[in-house]
Amino acid sequence: MDDSNQQKVGQISGAEIIMRCLQEENVKFVFGYPGGAVLHIYDALFKQKHFKHILVRHEQAAVHAADAFSRATGEVGVALVTSGPGATNAVTGIATAYMDSIPMVVISGQVPTAAIGMDAFQEVDMVGVTRPCVKHNFLIKDVHDIAITLKKAFYIAASGRPGPVVVDIPKDITAEFAEFDYPKSVEMRSYTPVTKGHSGQIKKAVKILLEAKRPMIYTGGGLVLGDASNELVKLARTLDYPVTNTLMGLGGYPATDKQYVGMLGMHGTYEANNAMQDCDVLLAVGARFDDRVVGNPDHFLSVPRTIIHIDVDPSSISKRVKVDVPIVGHVQSVLGEMNELLAAETKKPDASALKSWWAKIDGWRAKNTSSYDGSSSSIIKPQYVIEKLCEVTKGDAFVTSDVGQHQMWAAQYYKFDKPRRWINSGGLGTMGVGLPYAMGCQLAYPDAQVACVTGEGSIQMNIQELSTCKQFHLPIKVILLNNRYLGMVRQWQEFFYENRYSESYMDSLPDFVKLAESYGHVGMNIEKPGDVEGALQDAFAMKDKFVFMNFMTDQKENVFPMVPNGKGLSEMILGSDPNANDAVDEMEG
Amino acid sequence: MKHIISLLMENEAGALSRVAGLFSARAYNIESLTVAPTEDATLSRMTIVTSGSDEVIEQIIKQLNKLVDVVKVLDLNDGRYIERELMLVKVKATGALREEMKRISDIFRGRIIDVADGSYTIELTGSGSKLDAFLEALDKTVILETVRTGASGIGRGDRILKV
Ligand SMILES: Cc1ncc(C[n+]2csc(CCOP(=O)(O)OP(=O)(O)O)c2C)c(N)n1
Ligand SMILES: [Mg+2]
Repeated sequence: MDDSNQQKVGQISGAEIIMRCLQEENVKFVFGYPGGAVLHIYDALFKQKHFKHILVRHEQAAVHAADAFSRATGEVGVALVTSGPGATNAVTGIATAYMDSIPMVVISGQVPTAAIGMDAFQEVDMVGVTRPCVKHNFLIKDVHDIAITLKKAFYIAASGRPGPVVVDIPKDITAEFAEFDYPKSVEMRSYTPVTKGHSGQIKKAVKILLEAKRPMIYTGGGLVLGDASNELVKLARTLDYPVTNTLMGLGGYPATDKQYVGMLGMHGTYEANNAMQDCDVLLAVGARFDDRVVGNPDHFLSVPRTIIHIDVDPSSISKRVKVDVPIVGHVQSVLGEMNELLAAETKKPDASALKSWWAKIDGWRAKNTSSYDGSSSSIIKPQYVIEKLCEVTKGDAFVTSDVGQHQMWAAQYYKFDKPRRWINSGGLGTMGVGLPYAMGCQLAYPDAQVACVTGEGSIQMNIQELSTCKQFHLPIKVILLNNRYLGMVRQWQEFFYENRYSESYMDSLPDFVKLAESYGHVGMNIEKPGDVEGALQDAFAMKDKFVFMNFMTDQKENVFPMVPNGKGLSEMILGSDPNANDAVDEMEG
Repeated sequence: MKHIISLLMENEAGALSRVAGLFSARAYNIESLTVAPTEDATLSRMTIVTSGSDEVIEQIIKQLNKLVDVVKVLDLNDGRYIERELMLVKVKATGALREEMKRISDIFRGRIIDVADGSYTIELTGSGSKLDAFLEALDKTVILETVRTGASGIGRGDRILKV
């Protein structure tokens, strides 16, 4: 063993090696929080100027902000936390990123190597704790392994189906010395993600697509993560087939396009869910047929249809729903190849079948299930706020959301024409992401409009970040749809528990305006529908101000349409049903 | 249906817990799991005996392949293979039982590897079902202790799992 404690010529400390690795990876922001186990790292950080450190107020927010930075830019997000409580605080953020396949590297400090396993102060088995919610994790045991391990971490996080990677580094390792040598590339015999799809399968898929009578294209978060929007638009336009996006896939296809039938799933549109159920050929791209999307899989499969599924992760294929033509590959490359084949193809889609299919879809559309009763001049409808938000920001903002009813309304009523604009926790459904997500977006795009749509329950789960926003002058606009309820919980209790609103009120709320002002931000209370638009205009005109907008909204508004748990996609409850709530009771009975 | 899955993985700390964790997190059955380094010390070879519908087995194989430390996965049931397990059984061997235990052990091609005043320890190898059959052939009351290694498996002929 060489003596790594003595610095020799050409050597730098482990902490400095970490800085150099981040520099090599072109990291622009590190979101973090210091503590004992990472003091050497923070000392090295103090001396460098290649990236900016964003000091959050809670480690969970550091990870969420890094996650949003990645969602908005496509780059790998980076967070840095100390051992023990710092590390466990980060876990919710890591799990959130994992469920949505977000590429991230989380560096956690660990107690010194000799103290591991001794129940040392602030010791937690981070590799063990995070194992089920990371793509991979490492515990570094030798200063010479830091560079190669971080290289692998960034590579694993960003390639294949992306995901968070945790690198746990004991304190002593960061004080030892070694030469810095960053590998240009890594090869791992155990990890070789696919890129190109099988050309035979792609040909077969194109043939089936062209024979479709009632085609449907369904795309998810994988399309956005795979940056394949342009390829999708080209394909869909060539074929003139209808397109739906999942909650995670919004913006993957422009929402204002006439071929777009809206979001599908539990709170999807009538036309999207019916077309999904009724189609004879389904092209699924970077989507995983999860329980919130296809409802009851048996009901979904009771209608025969041919399913083509493109995904970079073989384990996503035929997991919940058996597919006919699996194509494992990078969605961008596979759709690109399909477009080339279509361009060379003489056969065209069946025009008359397509015409009657569109007529059927337009019939569903005519039901206009996203209409709501906006006639009141005294009570603000949450949907209305989002519609106006979309207008005022010209549909071009980065919109983050928390979790609950407001999330669904944001997804339904904001028209996303571009990918990576809609930033939310789809898989884990983590309340509290909204504000840190907005921080990540605003730092990535300082001049962009960033709106955080939230609920009074969710915002309080990371409200401390108002302080971070002050420190870094982040001109985020918080759109609080304040219904004084944990609205989504209350809605389920109304529908499925005979209005027993068990612990779903939100009482003793702070004065949000004063709270915002106490941090030096601007606060606004908006109580009348007539004030909504003007207030939004005023807020977004304050380009360099953080504005906290507290909209007092209808307390009892529900999210419709709704596919109740365990029901089929075409068994939706519509808001326009005068007896929507009775309809729910009946289905339950 | 019962499946025997063989895999090669990087011989790294924590690799075993990733596989074990995957099975518990996704509620897959695990009947037995054996692991040891191979002739190449950087690789471990694991044999997992599991059961499930075809869809579940397909998912298990895919999820195993997804683990970053896993180099190769083979479902031995996709072709011809040999399965072997080692069992040590300590049985009562007093009076007439001494003769009888020896006889049953011989029938199953077992070997008595320890002889004590009141007991024998029998070593037996074979497929899991052969070992089950041996235990069934014994009267429950004579069995003092058993220990099994769990199955190891290997493909027949030119079915070779190697990097
Ligand atoms: C961390 C966390 N805890 C609990 C839940 C369960 N949950 C889902 S939505 C919701 C209510 C959210 O209330 P609010 O933020 O006010 O939004 P609203 O539904 O009223 O729009 C709750 C408690 C969750 N998703 N995340
Ligand atoms: Mg609420």
